[in-house]
This record gives sequence, structure tokens and C-alpha cells, in this order.
Amino acid sequence: MSEKIIDRPIEPAIYAHSRKGRRCHRPPAPDVPVRPLDELLPPELRRAKPPALPEVDEPTLVRHYVRLSQLNHCIDVGFYPLGSCTMKYNPKLADAAAALPGVNALHPLAPEGMLQPALALMYEFEGYLSRITGMDRFTLQPAAGAHGEFTGIKMIRAYHKSRGNPRKVLLIPDSAHGTNPASGTMCSYDVVVVASDERGNVSVESLKEKLSDDVAALMLTNPNTLGLFEENILEVAELVHRAGGQLYYDGANLNAILGRIRPGDMGFDAVHLNLHKTFGTPHGGGGPGAGPVGVKKHLAEFLPVPTVEKTDEGYRLDYDRPRSIGKLLAFYGHFLVSLRAYVYIRYLGLEGLRGVSAHSVLNANYLLSQLKGTFLLPFDRLCMHEFVLSGKKQKDAHGVATLDISKRIMDYGFHPPTNYFPLIVPEALMIEPTETETQQTLDAFTAALLAIDQEAAEDPDLLHGAPYSAPVRRVDEARAVRELNVSWPEEA
Amino acid sequence: MDYLSHTPEERRAMLDRIGVKGIEDLFADLPNELVDPPIELPSPLSEPELLALLDAIKAPDHVSFLGAGAYDTHIPAIVGYLTGRTEFQTAYTPYQPEISQGTLTTIYEFQSAISRLTGLPIANASVYDGASAAGEAAALAIRSAKKAGRVLVSRTLHPFYRRVVATYIEDLSCSDGTCGRCEEIHLTGEGLTDLTDLEAKLDEDVAAVIIGSPNFFGLVEDWTAAFSLVHGKSKALAVAVSSPLPLALLKTPAECGADVAVGDAQPVATTLSCGGPYVGFIAATEKLVRKMPGRIVGQTVDLDGKVCYALTLQTREQHIRREKATSNICTNNALVALAANISLNALGPAGITELAELNLQKAHYAARELTKLPGVKPLFPKGRFFNEFALKFPAGRAERAFAELPGKGYVPGLPLGRFYKEYADGLLVAVTDRRTKAEIDGLVAALGEVL
Repeated sequence: MSEKIIDRPIEPAIYAHSRKGRRCHRPPAPDVPVRPLDELLPPELRRAKPPALPEVDEPTLVRHYVRLSQLNHCIDVGFYPLGSCTMKYNPKLADAAAALPGVNALHPLAPEGMLQPALALMYEFEGYLSRITGMDRFTLQPAAGAHGEFTGIKMIRAYHKSRGNPRKVLLIPDSAHGTNPASGTMCSYDVVVVASDERGNVSVESLKEKLSDDVAALMLTNPNTLGLFEENILEVAELVHRAGGQLYYDGANLNAILGRIRPGDMGFDAVHLNLHKTFGTPHGGGGPGAGPVGVKKHLAEFLPVPTVEKTDEGYRLDYDRPRSIGKLLAFYGHFLVSLRAYVYIRYLGLEGLRGVSAHSVLNANYLLSQLKGTFLLPFDRLCMHEFVLSGKKQKDAHGVATLDISKRIMDYGFHPPTNYFPLIVPEALMIEPTETETQQTLDAFTAALLAIDQEAAEDPDLLHGAPYSAPVRRVDEARAVRELNVSWPEEA
Repeated sequence: MDYLSHTPEERRAMLDRIGVKGIEDLFADLPNELVDPPIELPSPLSEPELLALLDAIKAPDHVSFLGAGAYDTHIPAIVGYLTGRTEFQTAYTPYQPEISQGTLTTIYEFQSAISRLTGLPIANASVYDGASAAGEAAALAIRSAKKAGRVLVSRTLHPFYRRVVATYIEDLSCSDGTCGRCEEIHLTGEGLTDLTDLEAKLDEDVAAVIIGSPNFFGLVEDWTAAFSLVHGKSKALAVAVSSPLPLALLKTPAECGADVAVGDAQPVATTLSCGGPYVGFIAATEKLVRKMPGRIVGQTVDLDGKVCYALTLQTREQHIRREKATSNICTNNALVALAANISLNALGPAGITELAELNLQKAHYAARELTKLPGVKPLFPKGRFFNEFALKFPAGRAERAFAELPGKGYVPGLPLGRFYKEYADGLLVAVTDRRTKAEIDGLVAALGEVL
């Protein structure tokens, strides 16, 4: 029987295209007088043969990467409601600014006179972030949110140490991102989990039980990972501070409250932001992001070096900070990511930023209002910028897991929500539409989820086998672990 | 000026559906007394205004011989073209492999390229930069060690890298209850790691020994001798720090006995960008695979048996293992790793060798010409170097050259006295493939005038 659809092979890794002797990029011949290689670098210092990189021609290489790119779902192709990751539209203006030749040519160790415009930008940007979050100072050095957490917790540890006792315990809600406890461990803290209450807030009772003079800090995301604003935040802040602890703000969810309420005013002592989430910089297939950290005055002396200082003679990099926690990156952080976020803030202004939070929350609640009749909503409240549903009803009634639903969502042309997180909701589907989606997109996504719910009832196996129209069928992730192959085998 | 689509009618319909009167009602959970604080931000700018503002962020025209961890190399034109594909730019971590094969396949390729450069079989999807890669390697060593928490770092390693390593481990618990601590290995008068001092400091409390080659002075170190001491006298992990271009010529870290190799692939991936984002790599021996930080991609098959890729060994990672994770890293520098990967594959074995030799030849030409200037000598005459070398200037002249040459259109290198008091008259000069003979000769002439 002839097939209408030909089952074509998927684009392989580039090594499959390699043929001995093919060339792509050729560096120029030296324009300086040369000496024999053996004289400059004797054979005993050199490798026996060149690294076995693939040998391909330029058209093949270009076609390879364009084909691979087409196997990705991305924001610019379709809806990407990956909860907690804030997959909003990435403004092209910011990319254009980051591609300008001047900023790209700046060497980080150039004489400070040459770096003045760049240092001015860092200084101004630090000021915007401080005002937006209600903090006193920022460092732009951390490279990502988790790196920011590490930086912030180290500063809190340094602060406690400077007062004679680094303390032992970091409190973390049971709904927290996995990075929070992992960052605590990197700073020698024992992680103690605080329970959530029946409204999805940090339980004040549980917090009181766990608080002691051993507690260094409470790490909190607000709105939390359930997409709910912590209703008792002021009481929580007071309790933590009364016990001598510090309050750390995981800024993953700042998008919801941008320009409306500030972590600093709520009582947070240190915050990290994710510029790639809140401030619209591209996620790059997994980075680079940026995780600047802001602190209140009492923590500022512990900031990583260098800080950017404004003096009468211009801007200056200050390495002379004896109580600094040190350095997190070789240089000053992801400058080109900060620059994009700077452009975002300057383009939108305060009213624009308030529009971001308004519409991220509007979109999330609108979507929630259409889905909550079909999927379980564990905490029935208005949400902020995201919400968490449970697929438990579909699981119990039809044996269809959240994983199956997620895979089927791909067939409808959308990226699935974050699933199985937060851990306190069984069969969790964490949905963050962001402000840059149209009502029509939200309606189309709703229609898809309602259709999938129908399919779950009528033909569960349809979902067990999904996806059908993605570039590949369901991927055997267990086998990737069992038969570990993490590098293209080298020919002997 | 925003990126929103909502018309007033749509907004009304959406609010009605939710069942609230206005958008402010959606924020009812926020404590009243703190809502809508005054926030002073400049008025919005238009697109042309912003581009003009950002275009002004540049240095006056000059020719730079700065390196010290950031190198001005030529990146093939197709790299920017391909990494600019929005399908790579605006996707995120490939949690859903069925619709992320593009990213997953390229990460697998990046891991393969790093393995081929270092000779070590297990590489990850990337870390933030070379310095944090060294920090992760030190942390990996402490996690692997039974009780040891001392990390010996050669004083010839980039001073900023040393500071980052210390920052990474100083608060990290060892199994004996103490925290990690860095100790420096002295350097010899020839600008190399002092192996006698290394030997004296090695004992069973050492978790890692970190040595860069080329080192901060641009010199090729004897990893083989150093790492054989490490393995002979301790259970410490031998950590090699390097970069893709020198690795194209030098004996691989694996051949020299390294357990872990780290570094920054910036020179083959991206512009100087005022320091970032760059891209760190980390590779290790098979037996350390479960201690590795970050994302790792493995080959597998789909339901139809087609070869494809997925994140693997995720039980090492924070989203599963939480406080017991091997690191907190999740978002890494994927797009810059993609640039490195494409660049390395465009070069291939022949191209990367030629490019490395081009750097080597240009730097050696520059060194020969510069040391013809009166009073200018190689700081370490016996050392072998790659594309960066240290010069000794007459007293006070290194800082002076750094201060005055920008006026003549050159940044001649980095004064070493800022990092090594004993080399107050030293200048670290990097000469990459992008520096022309005319520029090198111009530097020699300009320096001649200052001296």
C-alpha cells in the first residue's frame, strides 16, 4: 500500500555529515613572518592529532542547523505557557541594541576611561532595578537565577557571620523551586521545609514552629509557585525578622507585581531577579539569562566585587571591598543581557511595566476561569500571573497522566505547561500565559485542553501514545539514562 | 508603547468572564498600605532614540592587545547567522524532548566537541563562564572526596578565576564538617606552577589541584608532571583549565592525566561584550559522571525507534534532588554554547589547527618585535607561550604605557602589577588572529615613542 506521508529520517547530529577532507571556514594565511611550529611549540607539548571535529562544507553545515532549528518549539512560533519560566515575547529592539558593534567590541579590562559609557549604563540599570524592587543596591554579576540565589544566600551568611554566628538553617516552603534548597546546600545550610496552608500560603503555624535563632533566612517566592500572592507576607516578614533571620526573595515571579508592590517594602532583605523572565530577554534554549541580586543597606558591604561607583571623576570599578563575598564570574556579569533588560525598561517606562503586571495577571485569570471547571483547581482563589491545575481527575477516571496530557498538547501546536511542579500538587500543570498573548491564543489553548479532556474520556490510549505530529514520537527518556551516550563515538 | 494586544473591548470581556469589575480587583490580595509605591523611572524612549543612546556605548577607536581571559578572535560569519535563528533564541531548556530536538541535538554536539578537545568523555551542556566552571570543578571535587576540603590553586591561574573558585567553595561543607578552602601553589621565577611547592602541599586532605595552561602569563604548563604528582601523592582530582584554541594544539588534559577539564569557549564563540555572556565548559572522566553539575544530554530513541536526544541523569539536578543536588545550576549559557559548537564545527580539525597556529605565529612575531625595543625583555624568557606573553618594561613604564597609549590609539596589554606585586613592571600582551601585522608594527612604533 502506498503511503501519502513519507516517514523521513530526522536530522542527525552533525558528525553523521562528516566526510574526510571537507572544509567550511578557512582562517586566513599569516600576514606575519612565520617560524617553524616545532620551534615555537615543541612536539612533546603538542597533541598527537587534531581534535576530531566534524568535516563539513558550509552549505551542509547551514542546512543542518536550519533543519535542527525547525525541530524546536519557540515563543516566536507559538504559545509557550511554561509556568515559572515567563516565556513572554522577546522584543527585537533589545536584540538589535545588543548587536550594536560598539558594545560588542568592549574589552572588560579596557582602561576605565574607555569603559565610561558601559559603566554608566550598569550604574543606571542598577538604580532602576533598586527602585523597581525597593532595594538599596544591586550587583549585576550573577549569571542566572540560581547563581543569584547562591550570591544572595552567601551574603546573608556573611552578614550573620559578621555578627558572630552564621546560623545553621535555611527555611524553604514546600512549594519552592528546587534551586532554593540546592543553593542553601552550597552555603552549608541545612534545609528545613515549611508547610503550605489550606489557601496555598506559607503556613504561619508551620513557620512559627520551625523558626529559631538557628534560622539564617526564609527563602520565598511571592507570588509563590502556585501563582498565589502570600496573603500573610507582612506577618511572615515580622516573624522572621523577630527571630533574627533574613528574608530572601526569589524573583522568578516578579512579573506579576511589576510596578505595583515592591519586595523591599514587603520586608525582603535580598532579592534576585531573572532578567530573562521578567524583563523579556531571550531564553536562548536554556540561557544565557541573568540573575542580578539586590540588597538592603545592611547587606551592601558583602556585595561581590567589583561594584560600580559614581565619583566626581566618573564611574569606577571598586574592588576594594574587604567584606565582599568575592566573585561569581570572571568579569561583571552578562552585560549584553543587562543591556537588553535596560532597553526593555527604557522602552516601557513605569506605566508600561505596570501594564505588564496588569495583563499577565488578567491573562492568567482569564485562562483559569475557562479551565477550572474541567481540571481540578487545588486552591480556588484568584491567581496572579500563573496558576496550577491538577490532572488528578483525568488520572483517576481515565488513567491518563499529566504527562500524557502534556504530550497531547503538542499535537495542538502548543508547548505544554510546566508539569509535576510544584511538588505539593499531584499531577500538577503549572500554566503561565504571560501578558504578551492575545485573547484568541488563550481561547485556542482553552479549546485544546477541553478537547484533550474529552479525548481522555473517550480514548485514553490516544493520549498514552501522544504526540503524533511533533518532530519525533514520545521519547524514551529512561533509555537515555540506562544506555548512557553523551558524546558522538570517536572513530579509532 | 508596549507589547500588549488587548483592546478595551477584549479587556472588558475578559474581566466579565473572570467575574471582576476591574484589573485592580485582581490584585486584592496585595497589602493595601504597600500598593502602588512611587517609582522613579525615566520617561519611555522611542525605538530610534534608544538605538541612538545604545550606539553611544563604545570606546574611542583603538587597537587592543588585551587578553587575560577575554580574546578578540574572528568568529565565522555563519555563527551569528545561525544562532540568530529565533527557534534557538526564543526556546527554553529542552524539558519536552519531542519539540526540542533542535536544542538537544546541538547540546549533544557541543558535549562531543568539548570531549574531543579535552580528551575527557563526559561534558555537560555548559556552565556560565570559565571562572565559574573552575568553581564548579572545585565543588565537584569536594563532593567526591571522602572528607577532604583543601583545594590547591596555582598562583599562575587567572586571579579572577582564583577568586571565583574561593567564592564557590568557602561556604561548601565537607563531610568532616569543615568548609572548603583554597590554598595557593607558589609560582617559580619562570612564571610556572612550582611543582616542589605543589608536592609539599599535597596530602590526603586535598580534594583538587587546579592548574591552567596556558596560564595567566600565557605560558604552557607541564600538566603531565604536575598531575602525576597529584595522583602519586593524593586522591585529589587534577583539574586542567584551558580554552578551545590552545587545546587544538596542546596535549589534551586527558593525555596529561587530568580528571576534570574546564575553561571558557568565548574565543571561538562570541565577542568581548564587556565581559559576558561567555560560556564555560566542564568535562570529566567516566567515573565522575554522577557528580557532574548541570544539564547533560544523551542519545536515545522515540516510540518508533528513531534516534533522538533527551536530558539525561536528571536525578543529579536540583529540580529532582533539591538540597542533595550536585549543583544549583539550571539555566546555563546554552546559546553561547551553540555558537561555540557551530564555530568549532565550521572550523573542523584543519581549520581549528590553522586558527590556533595563526594566533601562535602572530603572538610570536609580536613578541620578537616588541623585545627589540630598548629596555623591553620577555618577563619569562624560557617559557613556551600560545597567543599571550608577559614583557618586562623599564621601571614604571608598563603602567605608563597602559595610561598613555590609548591616546595614540592602542591598548598595549594589561599591567601585571595590578595582580602580581612582584611584576610591577610586567605587561601582559595578547595577540589574536584579528591583529594584523600593520597593527602589531604600529604598537611597536607607538610603544617606542613612550619608552
